[in-house]
Amino acid sequence: MIALPAPKPEILARRAEIVAALQALVPGDGVITEGIRLKPYETDGLAAYRQMPLAVVLPSSTEQVAAVLRYCHEQGIRVVPRGAGTSLSGGALPLADAVVVGLMRLNAIHEINYADRYAVVGAGVTNIGITKAVEAEGFFYAPDPSSQLACMIGGNVMMNSGGAHCLKYGVTANNLLGVKFVTIEGEVLEIGGTYLDAAGYDWLGLITGSEGQLGIVTEVTVRILRSAEGARAMLAAFNSIEIAGAAVDAIIGSGIIPVALEFMDKPCIHACEAFAHAGYPLDAEAMLIIEVEGSIAEQDALLARIKDICARFDPISLKVAETAEQSLAIWKGRKGAFGAVGRISPDYLCMDGTIPTSELPRVLKRIGEMSDQYGLKVANVFHAGDGNLHPLIMFDANDADSFRRAEAFGADILKLCVEVGGCLTGEHGVGVEKRDLMTVQFAPHELAQQRAIKTAFDPAWLLNPAKVFPLQGALAPALAAE
Amino acid sequence: MSTIIAPADEAGIIAAVQAAQAAREPLAIEGHGSKRGILRPVQAARNLSTRALTGITLYRPAELIISARAGTPLAEIEAALAEKGQQLIAESPYLNGVFGTSAAPSIGGVVAANLSGPRRIAWGATRDHVMGLRFINGAGEAIRSGGRVLKNVTGLDLCKLLSGSYGTLGVITEVTLKVLPKPETSATLIIETPDLASAVAALSAGLGSPFGVSAAAALPQRDHVVASLRLEDFAASVTYRMEKLRGVLGSFGTQRVIEDAESRAFWRSVREVEPLQAIPGEAIWRVSVRPSAGPRIAAAADAIGGRTMLDWGGGLVWIAAAPSIANHAAISAAAEAEAGAAMLFRAPESLRLAVPVLPEEAAPLAKISARVKEALDPGGLFNPGHLRAA
Repeated sequence: MIALPAPKPEILARRAEIVAALQALVPGDGVITEGIRLKPYETDGLAAYRQMPLAVVLPSSTEQVAAVLRYCHEQGIRVVPRGAGTSLSGGALPLADAVVVGLMRLNAIHEINYADRYAVVGAGVTNIGITKAVEAEGFFYAPDPSSQLACMIGGNVMMNSGGAHCLKYGVTANNLLGVKFVTIEGEVLEIGGTYLDAAGYDWLGLITGSEGQLGIVTEVTVRILRSAEGARAMLAAFNSIEIAGAAVDAIIGSGIIPVALEFMDKPCIHACEAFAHAGYPLDAEAMLIIEVEGSIAEQDALLARIKDICARFDPISLKVAETAEQSLAIWKGRKGAFGAVGRISPDYLCMDGTIPTSELPRVLKRIGEMSDQYGLKVANVFHAGDGNLHPLIMFDANDADSFRRAEAFGADILKLCVEVGGCLTGEHGVGVEKRDLMTVQFAPHELAQQRAIKTAFDPAWLLNPAKVFPLQGALAPALAAE
Repeated sequence: MSTIIAPADEAGIIAAVQAAQAAREPLAIEGHGSKRGILRPVQAARNLSTRALTGITLYRPAELIISARAGTPLAEIEAALAEKGQQLIAESPYLNGVFGTSAAPSIGGVVAANLSGPRRIAWGATRDHVMGLRFINGAGEAIRSGGRVLKNVTGLDLCKLLSGSYGTLGVITEVTLKVLPKPETSATLIIETPDLASAVAALSAGLGSPFGVSAAAALPQRDHVVASLRLEDFAASVTYRMEKLRGVLGSFGTQRVIEDAESRAFWRSVREVEPLQAIPGEAIWRVSVRPSAGPRIAAAADAIGGRTMLDWGGGLVWIAAAPSIANHAAISAAAEAEAGAAMLFRAPESLRLAVPVLPEEAAPLAKISARVKEALDPGGLFNPGHLRAA
């Protein structure tokens, strides 16, 4: 288990007074204090970690967020920002002496401008909610994390979320124009705007993916894009992981950038097929889902090229969707991968390292060996175009030893990702989950540099404590585990 | 002329920074010096240059990744990529014409300035493709951020903070960039429109179409405005989409199409701001604004006798006019009125010293900005006064 800092007793002792003050700042039903209503906030997508917060506050405006942060700053109270609570890395895990600031009520769509191709939305608008708001005009918001039905754009900005289609369209950071940003001191800053790349420091780029360490985003200006005429997928299955990897290289090498390029290993194919009956080949060692965009004729031409390339690698199955329905069927298994694994195992940990794609065969072989060593099954899904690997480690949360082994297995996988030239997290964030592994990727002086920048925004280290940075280390004395 | 220190390795850069720190002497940070004329002039006795820090250190075409030492000339990177049928995504400009220099822009300088060309509107800025970098901070430490993979959210994104920081936060020594295959062909639809408002409306309609427009510029002529939209992809796709795009934009004016070499030359000229360079004594401004406000910025430029060209669908307005404080004030005010941002891009040193070349940061942000600068460059060694007056 990952250690959390001891709560400050003087804050716990003042709970009633703090709640009263928050109620004055956010009147009505915006402050949650009683057990049963607090319960949903005790954890996020990393459900193995739970902690009831001091209180939850649900502001309805940027001004209220600013007032709450100003108060917490003056009183030395820790703050944990929260969107929909879908973080897989424990980014929204509360602390006993912290106030959770939930952004769900900032859910208004303020402006949609099709001519200039942007939308201004509250941080609590869901990811899919943006696309829903603009799709009638043929537009969409590009980053599409698997949790897009629930996750909120404010959380997406904080974690720099990705998705299956970022090979072509980029991640959150590449699709933003501006944010309204509240500092821990309660100042409201307008960062960026409705334009591209004004000269000056790229605060927008620094804030995106900062995991709530620097401040809270309350409003977001996103780029919206016109959807392609259509999209269609194909499936290619191979006899070995190496061969599938070589096919990926050949596709990219031919000059084609598919809009999505997903890889599944055998355990994952089996889990997904049992769940979705998508028609996946059960004898394959590895399978690719490849999606292209454009008119029907363009799709046909690209899929034919890709099919020809795949044919050079002795595929055991090549299936090109003829219709949108067939395309959906191919995607159905992949989109349900996490649920499918959840069906065959009581619990799983979803890892999120990135590796150079050429290292895939070696990394999957080592993960297989570790699976034997730890006595835990693993299924691998992989955004093959960009090297982002999601091993799903299956365990039983009711068995403490099984959980301990799963965490150790996960840590070993992430260390391996760094060892082969990759990184700890491609799109889920460090959160609490990977916090203590940061020393594997960064030297002490590099972490100290990041901490110094955090300190520039949050001198007292009140924002989202115990996430991202290991507790021990310069500039985080207030957090050292006791 | 100040002394130029140009170490051949990173250890040399570190030693130079440490020496400057010990002597409390600021450094002007540069690559080959091709953009010395940009922003406020730096007052420093020594220039620390990365020009001798050259060479591609890693290139994996199948992984769409290239790494190079900061002083590697942009042209060398482009040539290596072209050999494998690939290219830098953001179409970074050289700007030799704008700044009247033959110095070769380096890849480190391109990143440090976060300058992007026409393709930015569709495929992102230079900073969007910086997957990793190494830099030396003001304490003389080598810091890595990012890595050599395409997707990475591990820790604070210092790649973005350093990109576009113009050497004021650290000395970039190596960069890793995402690259993409060079498209098989490109073609550009040229539409003769009556005025800037209709040209920008045509660009918006094109960018809002499903046909993958990868560049969109409006160039005012004597009695009309040329709206240009580029398609890049496999030849059959470009042919098909050009037909469709012509249909969608049929009502905006007379159309013609230029292809391949002619299309590439056209966009190179837009990228290099060639139409506005002719008079060396003129100042050049760069205004970022939402595209539909571009024509109003251009109208403000007309009012001071300026000439304009618009890229990025109308959202990047280039203005050439006489270099005066009054003109700078007028352009800055016009940008501010449209919630945009003006930058004095090229001007005689006297003007760059006399006016804020960038908009001021709001007071609470300026406070954080100063602390971030202090966190990276505690001695204030790097490019003092380059972005804003002390």
